[in-house]
Amino acid sequence: MEELLRVLTLALGELLAPATAAYALAAIGLNVHFGYTGLLNVGQAGFMLLGAYGFGIATISGAPFWVALLIAMAAGTLFAVILGLPTLKLRGDYLAIVTISAAEIIRMLGRSTLFDDYTGGSAGIRGGDYKGSFQELSFLPDGRTMIGPLEYLNNGSDSWWTRLFAWSLVILALVVVWLLTRSPWGRVLKGVREDEDAVRALGKNVYSYKMQALILGGVLGSLAGIIFVLPGAIAPDAMGRTMTFWVWTVMLLGGAATLFGPVLGSMLFFFVYMIVRAGMRTDVMEFLPIPTQNVDHVAGVLVGVTLMLIVIFRPQGILGNKKELALDAR
Amino acid sequence: MPDEKTVNENETGAAVPGGDSQGAPAPSETAKRAGRDLSHVAPEVGVAKPDAILTARGVQRRFGGMTAVDVDYLEVERGAITALIGPNGAGKTTFFNLLTGFDRPNQGEWSFEGAPISHKSAARVARAGMVRTFQLTKALSRLTVLENVLLAATKNPGERMFASMFQPLWAATEARNKEKALEILERFRLDKMRDEYAGSLSGGQRKLLEMARALMTDPTMIMLDEPMAGVNPALVQSLLGHIQDLRDEGMSVLFVEHDMHAVRHISDWVVVMAEGRIVAEGPPGSVMKDQAVVDAYLGAHHDTDLGDDALLDPEVLARLEAEEEKR
Repeated sequence: MEELLRVLTLALGELLAPATAAYALAAIGLNVHFGYTGLLNVGQAGFMLLGAYGFGIATISGAPFWVALLIAMAAGTLFAVILGLPTLKLRGDYLAIVTISAAEIIRMLGRSTLFDDYTGGSAGIRGGDYKGSFQELSFLPDGRTMIGPLEYLNNGSDSWWTRLFAWSLVILALVVVWLLTRSPWGRVLKGVREDEDAVRALGKNVYSYKMQALILGGVLGSLAGIIFVLPGAIAPDAMGRTMTFWVWTVMLLGGAATLFGPVLGSMLFFFVYMIVRAGMRTDVMEFLPIPTQNVDHVAGVLVGVTLMLIVIFRPQGILGNKKELALDAR
Repeated sequence: MPDEKTVNENETGAAVPGGDSQGAPAPSETAKRAGRDLSHVAPEVGVAKPDAILTARGVQRRFGGMTAVDVDYLEVERGAITALIGPNGAGKTTFFNLLTGFDRPNQGEWSFEGAPISHKSAARVARAGMVRTFQLTKALSRLTVLENVLLAATKNPGERMFASMFQPLWAATEARNKEKALEILERFRLDKMRDEYAGSLSGGQRKLLEMARALMTDPTMIMLDEPMAGVNPALVQSLLGHIQDLRDEGMSVLFVEHDMHAVRHISDWVVVMAEGRIVAEGPPGSVMKDQAVVDAYLGAHHDTDLGDDALLDPEVLARLEAEEEKR
């Protein structure tokens, strides 16, 4: 019983964890791409890694926190422009191919010895090297705080301050995306998603709208990358294809083209993921023929199966509109 | 506001929206009403029109070794309904795509309202006032009917990314657009469907929605790509009425069509294409008798009734429908 409580506490902790916020933010960005504009970005992790590198390297070079943040956003923008310029005039599939390979290229370059002085190669960048300016910003008093069953340091890496900052950023992103998508601008994006040529025939510059959406979602992705590395370190191999697929799972689980879908999806995903992983390690589940060292792999398989089940049985996600989806099958 | 003016004209000018409640008016009658009498224009290929809105010169489009479009010279009259007809594979839709910026020519140029618009993007062609519809209707399925039409409004400051975040900057424009959109929807009898997803509309309703959307942009010229394709006879009549209304409001209409009786009844001028070239043009009555057209287009079947006027008679139509239901 005590063990189950521990599992539950761990899972509750995941609801507020910085990584959950990072995935939520990345999924909000992906939602702008895919949910609202219909852009198939299969390299959101590339945007995140680039944001993390941009922030980390800028900070180590002496940039103040907010400047480093802007540099990360600029890196995301640049990446989006480079990917978008040649592909957004083509059919959607091309963007998918280009984004997945570009994200891998970023990771490979990061872990190569080529830029060792900046990126630290495959070992990455230690958290302590770039967290200083962020943690100095904290206005929380030192010490520990317990809220409900959750207890963390006020300041530090895995702290209340990191959580506060991360979720503030998520809320800010939600407000911006809400303002944008309820507007005529958002309507054009949805029009582009439904049929580019029809929107073009009405005199809209479709290319420019797609580029704007790609940049917005990419910038949100790079901010998510910063959040992701604030409690830990920058490790390029932790931000590869798997991360992209998890962001997709999170977005589809919550519901594409819904405002809160990515946030709900992220919270639910990590809550369940923790219960599965920690739960399989408890004595209660000893009857399962899964050795402890394989638990993470099995959990990974379950993530894949979940993604498939969502796409097959509930493609509109939790918050999605069933009626809207019925049209899609045509 | 020019917008409001257009709408008011719609109300007064188009006394019978749709015109499907009473048979289609005779073509000569509407032509006279619109003041578009092209009878004195010689029915020759490449003939100059009294007031051309669109002029194309030496337009060629090749796909590999095949020349899909090879148009030497064409003028399209302002404020008239011009039909572009021809057998399958004649290059009508390709020519149409070229004119509207959806395809690039190998050579040739054309001007719209005196300004050259060849090599301009589709969006810029549309912004210049030449708006098209598609043969396979493109309803934006997961947008509501009203949103579909609102999307078509031009010069909305809320469509700029940064301005869009501040509602006061675009709320007034949006409200005005909404009023206009609702009037247009009412005219096309889609007002009851305004909050439905466009994807739930029937094929014919989608055609109407596409036309409504085009109208929302305040075009000077509407390009319709097979507006009657896949539409039941009852709706064909209504569509014909709508197209005539567009002309009567001063818009120029160019449409590609297979449906011969539609062409004969509403067009002021007919351009016939075959194998990429324009083989004949002239008023609908005479052009069908042209030997080149008979050879190229009507071929062996010119004796069969392609322009069945009886279909436009509501009584005949009602009988046909009744027979259809009995089955």
